[in-house]
Amino acid sequence: MLSPLAQARTAPVQAGAAATPKLLVDGLTKRYGAITALEPTRLEVPAGEFLTLLGPSGSGKTTLLQMICGLVEPSGGRILIDGQDETRTPVHKRDIGLVFQHYALFPHLTVAENIGFPLRMRGVAPADLARRVKDALEMVHLGHLAGRFPKELSGGQQQRVALARCFVYQPSVILMDEPLGALDKKLREHMQYEIKRLHRETGATIIYVTHDQEEALAMSDRICLMNHARIEQIGTPHDIYARPKTAFAADFIGVSNIFRGQVRRDGAGTPMLVTGNGSFRLSADTPERPDGALVVRPEQLDIDGEGDNEVRGEVVDTVYAGSETRVLVALGGGEETITVRLRRGLAPPRLGEVVAVRWRADAGVLVS
Amino acid sequence: MSAATLHHDGAFAAARRRLRFGPLWLAAPGLAFLAVFFLFPVLRLLGLSVQDLETSAWTGDHYARIVATDVYFRVLMSTFRIAGLTALLSLLFGYPLAYWLAQLPERQRGLAILAVMVPFWTSYLVKTFAWMVILGRTGVINQILSGTGMPTLPLLHNEFGVMAGMVHAMLPLAVLTMLPVMTTIDRRLVQAAETLGAPPANAFWLVYFQLSLPGVAAAGLLTFISSLGFFIVPALLGGPQQTMLAQLIITQIQEMLNWAFAGALATFMLVAAMVTCWVYDRLFGLSSLSGETSGRAGGGQGHLRNAGMKTLSALAKASAALGGPVGRLLGPKMMDRLLPLYSALVIVFLVAPALVVVPIAFTTSPFLDFPPPGYGLEWFRVYFNSDLWVSATVRSFAVAFATAILATLVAGLAALALARSSSRWRGAIFAFFLAPMIVPRIVIAVGLFYLFAQIGLVATDLGLIIGHTVLALPFAFVAISAVVKGHDWRLDQAAATLGANRFRTLMLVTVPLIRGGLVAAFLFAFITSFDELTVAIFVSGGVKTTLPKQMWDDMILQLNPTLAAVSVVVFAIVMALLLIAEWLRRPAR
Ligand SMILES: Nc1ncnc2c1ncn2[C@@H]1O[C@H](COP(=O)(O)OP(=O)(O)O)[C@@H](O)[C@H]1O
Ligand SMILES: [Mg+2]
Repeated sequence: MLSPLAQARTAPVQAGAAATPKLLVDGLTKRYGAITALEPTRLEVPAGEFLTLLGPSGSGKTTLLQMICGLVEPSGGRILIDGQDETRTPVHKRDIGLVFQHYALFPHLTVAENIGFPLRMRGVAPADLARRVKDALEMVHLGHLAGRFPKELSGGQQQRVALARCFVYQPSVILMDEPLGALDKKLREHMQYEIKRLHRETGATIIYVTHDQEEALAMSDRICLMNHARIEQIGTPHDIYARPKTAFAADFIGVSNIFRGQVRRDGAGTPMLVTGNGSFRLSADTPERPDGALVVRPEQLDIDGEGDNEVRGEVVDTVYAGSETRVLVALGGGEETITVRLRRGLAPPRLGEVVAVRWRADAGVLVS
Repeated sequence: MSAATLHHDGAFAAARRRLRFGPLWLAAPGLAFLAVFFLFPVLRLLGLSVQDLETSAWTGDHYARIVATDVYFRVLMSTFRIAGLTALLSLLFGYPLAYWLAQLPERQRGLAILAVMVPFWTSYLVKTFAWMVILGRTGVINQILSGTGMPTLPLLHNEFGVMAGMVHAMLPLAVLTMLPVMTTIDRRLVQAAETLGAPPANAFWLVYFQLSLPGVAAAGLLTFISSLGFFIVPALLGGPQQTMLAQLIITQIQEMLNWAFAGALATFMLVAAMVTCWVYDRLFGLSSLSGETSGRAGGGQGHLRNAGMKTLSALAKASAALGGPVGRLLGPKMMDRLLPLYSALVIVFLVAPALVVVPIAFTTSPFLDFPPPGYGLEWFRVYFNSDLWVSATVRSFAVAFATAILATLVAGLAALALARSSSRWRGAIFAFFLAPMIVPRIVIAVGLFYLFAQIGLVATDLGLIIGHTVLALPFAFVAISAVVKGHDWRLDQAAATLGANRFRTLMLVTVPLIRGGLVAAFLFAFITSFDELTVAIFVSGGVKTTLPKQMWDDMILQLNPTLAAVSVVVFAIVMALLLIAEWLRRPAR
């Protein structure tokens, strides 16, 4: 289930640095009285990218999205689309599509009328409108439901109508605010695939909001990780997974084992982290810093295997998760547990058994 | 099990189901009560209207006479005109207010609604009295005008006076009917429309307004039907041109005892009400009146739907064309304040009349001067020393109390019955309990008068209580149904599994949890009775008068400050009740 490394894709070929990005958010900020919903933020999105805003609830994702589409007025900063300043453009004149979390389908209009709405607003001629609505319906495989009202559809079907209503007028940027949040897991995975397909077929620039890290890893060209009204880290899924910049990033994406401590150099000049669980060798290219948190992923730990670093502890649980088995090992007084992925072909240790867990120095990443 | 026995079992169960009403039996007392004191008298009145007075043979003479006689026909037309205009103006003035209320934060909305409700809780006679004081030839407005050297205006005993009184009375009903629909409209839909490219005017008319249409239609229906039966307002604030059907019916009964002719007039009114309901039902479904969502969200099909959408698009264009220049003229700041400002003005219109009465009650003058030349308790003394006023007050209080208990009990049982039943009779019974709200009061009152005259209930307290209970039942029923609908019946099942029998479950679990609805029902029923004049005008009389009847007699005869004192007392009683109810309804901590 958790094999993002295997799934990680390479970032899209970046256009030359000189090309104007599709969307540029520059120093954008929003305050509600004493609350800062978004600190001044800079974000560049090249044309055709699938960018995900990922972060816990309340981290400012919706605020950022709503300022981009004009539903919320910024307290400061600028929004540029294709290099044009759109900060003061009214909502209905921005060439942006927004897919709402709860779809926001018009209950008094049929599926076809819902999809036709943005075209009607743009004065598209009836014949042309009918054809484009039909095409959009077919694109989301809903051609047979054109005459239904939204409440006569299932959640997944409503979601597709919302997508069709957005793609039908080909806005230059499409924003999606947790569009799959209300669906069950199975359907969600299917819709993730559908959205990716639409992205491929239309080449649209998409900014996608979610608080589900698996969804973000599976779908994005780049992930923009947000926390406390700020961008924590931006990068490809592989980047963020393999090289998190903060303990928060490491913890939020994938399962991490984190050891905090002080950085020292041993006689040979190798950097070491001195923690409550012992001293660990760090990879040689670790940047200079006085202290930090060492992040080691479960698949980089090995029970009774090879490695530069070692901790010992008591096995407290084994979790069978289909494709892999994880072992929870309690360290020291049992205050801390680490998660280890069991090497393939190895029999799970018994509960209560004391094991040595080892990893290579260059497997861990030191973050702030 | 073989197919044969399966089939047999199924048929047997179906037969048993047909015989068993299950929990519906709880509605039986209410059904019987309404059958005897509502359905039967109304049908009989309709029957009388097609009978010859002497021979009892079938005849259409009474109807022919109405249509042929100029005066009667004119009254018929002015009734529809006034009711229609009242409904229209209530919607026009009420819609922006309801829209404003719907987007207020919950707490502020609650407070604003209290203000909007003031006319609703003010007795019809008090309201009308207040308007007479405000609009009269020497009334508040004209005294201000002449004080500033301007010519006085004829505001009373004409169409303007009637419309002021009627719209003032109906506006709260219109607003409170539209509000629940508007608060459930997801405002993100408007945002969605804008992100899809709709300019604000389009987003409003094509999305918000269209979604609020069921509420608008329901408000139009209720205000129109209620206005049809008005007689206090046109009689006291209007002139001969504003005579309405109910006044005519009252004269026919009181002065000529012409039952058949009154019956024919009543039929016109009833048919108008029924036709309005029918049209509404075709378009929106009557069930949406009780807050249940109808299947016809789009309103109509095919051509009608297309025509409707075209109209709304045109409205959007028009308002965008109008809004643009106005917006440029006033600037964005002022535009944002327009709605709150407007709403404040309407609320002043709603609240002010009740307040104007207060200083006049304390005047030292024998006239209705405003502002009063001095203040004293003179008129309260007159009121409390008058046997007639005091006994009328006591009777009104006692009758209202009995009515409230009876109506809450009967409606409560019926509401519980219907909530738990899945019988196919459910819809019909629901409609039957609401029917006394739809049938104009005057029709019910005349029908009851005829019945009471035969069984000796005229001029008795019992007769009043019965009549008032008929009128109050729908309100009590709606109030309790609304709460029962949200009741979690698993709690009752839990009580049963814990060993409580049915009665104890009812008393210890159900009743405490639906208390809010019961209190509201009691309050509605009490105030319906306390403010009731239509039944009282026929059924009470002489020394056995009620407070509204006594006020009515006085107001027709001669306006005097005692009426203001009485108004203040009535207002104080109702406010005290509201406070007690609020306190009772609050869950114990
Ligand atoms: N209209 C508002 N008024 C006050 N605070 C708000 C408003 N909208 C959002 N916030 C605050 O801004 C912060 C960010 O909210 P939001 O952008 O909705 O987060 P997310 O979408 O990541 O869950 C939250 O702390 C929230 O409480
Ligand atoms: Mg959000």
